[in-house]
Amino acid sequence: MADIPTDAPEHCPGTASDDAGKAAACQGCPNQNVCTVLPKGPDPAVAEIKERLSCVKHKIVVLSGKGGVGKSTFTAHLAHGLATDHTKQVGVLDVDICGPSIPRILGVEGEQVHQSGSGWSPVYVDDNLSVMSIGFLLGGPDDAVIWRGPKKNGLIKQFLRDVDWGEMDFLVIDTPPGTSDEHLSVAQYLKESQIDGAVIITTPQELALLDVRKEVNFCRKVEMPIIGVVENMSGFVCPKCKNESQIFPPTTGGGEKMAADMDVKFLGKLPLDPRIGKCCDEGKSFLTEVPDSPATQAYTQIINKIVDHCNKFVASKETETGEKMEVGSSS
Amino acid sequence: MSAPMAGTDHLSHIEHVILVLSGKGGVGKSTVATQIALGLRHAGKKVGLLDLDLCGPSIPRMFNLQNQDIHQCPEGWLPVFVDKDQHLSVMSIAFLLEDANDAIVWRGPKKTAMIKQFLSDVVWRDLEYLVIDTPPGTSDEHISVVESLKSYNPDGAVLVTTPQAVAVGDVRRELTFCKKTHIPVIGIIENMSGFVCPHCTECTNIFSKGGGEALAKQFHVPFLGCIPLDPKLTHCLEQGKNFLEVYNDTPTHKALDAVIERLIRIDRDLP
Ligand SMILES: Nc1ncnc2c1ncn2[C@@H]1O[C@H](COP(=O)(O)OP(=O)(O)OP(=O)(O)O)[C@@H](O)[C@H]1O
Ligand SMILES: Nc1ncnc2c1ncn2[C@@H]1O[C@H](COP(=O)(O)OP(=O)(O)OP(=O)(O)O)[C@@H](O)[C@H]1O
Ligand SMILES: [Mg+2]
Ligand SMILES: [Mg+2]
Repeated sequence: MADIPTDAPEHCPGTASDDAGKAAACQGCPNQNVCTVLPKGPDPAVAEIKERLSCVKHKIVVLSGKGGVGKSTFTAHLAHGLATDHTKQVGVLDVDICGPSIPRILGVEGEQVHQSGSGWSPVYVDDNLSVMSIGFLLGGPDDAVIWRGPKKNGLIKQFLRDVDWGEMDFLVIDTPPGTSDEHLSVAQYLKESQIDGAVIITTPQELALLDVRKEVNFCRKVEMPIIGVVENMSGFVCPKCKNESQIFPPTTGGGEKMAADMDVKFLGKLPLDPRIGKCCDEGKSFLTEVPDSPATQAYTQIINKIVDHCNKFVASKETETGEKMEVGSSS
Repeated sequence: MSAPMAGTDHLSHIEHVILVLSGKGGVGKSTVATQIALGLRHAGKKVGLLDLDLCGPSIPRMFNLQNQDIHQCPEGWLPVFVDKDQHLSVMSIAFLLEDANDAIVWRGPKKTAMIKQFLSDVVWRDLEYLVIDTPPGTSDEHISVVESLKSYNPDGAVLVTTPQAVAVGDVRRELTFCKKTHIPVIGIIENMSGFVCPHCTECTNIFSKGGGEALAKQFHVPFLGCIPLDPKLTHCLEQGKNFLEVYNDTPTHKALDAVIERLIRIDRDLP
């Protein structure tokens, strides 16, 4: 980690942090003086990451202020959906460092990553679907990652800079809930690599929307474009009597009204379906396991809207810069 | 709890400190924390509830306290009282925000500083129980709170999970966190376990079933029970109503009662 000197104290805020030289942990550190005095230029990693990701056409970040609303489930199914087009290369990057769910949901738990001359090679779920997660670096299912922010940021930087994705059409990034280190790091390290946009996941009840509005404001603060809002777990149809129940009731109008109020696009609703949870636990794609369900239809429609946004985004960037992106001949 | 210092130490007067933890997001940590706090108060205890979720504070809304402010007194910050008798008080960063939609975009060191301040500056007075709600994970907030509480010998942590493997996997890691940081595990709660259709009474395990109980068995920690997925509970939390008062003869209520009973016993278990 370039950001933290090897002789730094345990809770070093990182040399590039605004707190460098000023945090409580800096007291007595041999580098304190240097940190306080030196100007903090841009992290050279930002340019290195831009270079590394120049062969990734579209970058999508999946966010939510609220926990457990289905970010990882959506990330995995967005990736599965995109990868059904075999001409497309799709990657998933899991930056949830303390609670990585992606390896299990994509059915590659227990796999290891390999180091090669050109960086870390990701784990392949399919020929055209690859994954990177801290889950692959842990010794076992009981290993806890008890890390403070700077250490998490260091790993996220490595994930963005050192993973050898090859040429790719889509990179989907799954995040933990909140508006803190992981989210800031993704935004800052990808500043020059251009993120197509964020997909914001919510559930219908106010207790979730409360946190999700903060996430929308976070995106605005860090100037990350928002593709739109997805409302997950929107109602449950009893398999026996076919009546619908609102388990997480939209007491303040749900995701759709929130999106309208905050002037962002609403991408659609996904129902609560126990088979979705089951597929996640078993590492299977719900889209291929239960292809004829209303939930699969809803997924497909949402995924199409996202692809649409991405194509428009890149086209507008190309006219802006006059450059064509040279990515995968997709033959 | 032992009192390491005299004077302005606001935590040393508190008899029991209970953390609510989970590696997984959205499993119902804040829900469990509020229900525990309400249940203990109902049993006649003086209770404080500290919300350490800085980026996504839910507790004020769950008590319908969204527009309250914190007051300063010479000894520190006064928490917000939920009831007229002043037996249940709450502290949350939400009380310090001007606009509820403002995002707290803070990195770890700043969060740590805020948590230290919450632990040292809130004037709780004589509480019997302090319940602490946390965000998901095992990072800055968790390390900071555990380090700060070390000298007070907290009673331990209630771990919340939902039944499915994706959640249980994260809670396994949380158990390791508790072990490494020497926080006793009071027990595991399996939340959102089974949904009974209000139309036909058919039970569907929307988020699977049994994962929390199996985890407790496997790791030899107490199992505190299953709380069903109950729309009436979500509804009460949305409206800031007291579920334990409104729906007092339901399976959900009984399950919550069992958890609270266990926590009251902590008091009796003492020599
Ligand atoms: N539409 C759905 N129907 C049924 N179960 C779902 C649905 N969406 C997600 N789930 C289940 O809900 C749980 C939470 O989902 P998930 O882990 O994707 O949320 P998350 O937002 O990534 O959580 P965290 O904040 O912990 O990262 C998982 O067990 C998942 O399988
Ligand atoms: N047993 C239950 N039955 C029905 N709804 C529930 C139940 N437990 C929690 N909920 C609802 O589920 C949502 C998530 O719960 P809660 O906010 O307590 O989770 P959390 O673990 O604190 O989430 P976060 O990780 O974001 O802090 C809330 O809207 C809550 O009202
Ligand atoms: Mg997740
Ligand atoms: Mg919470």
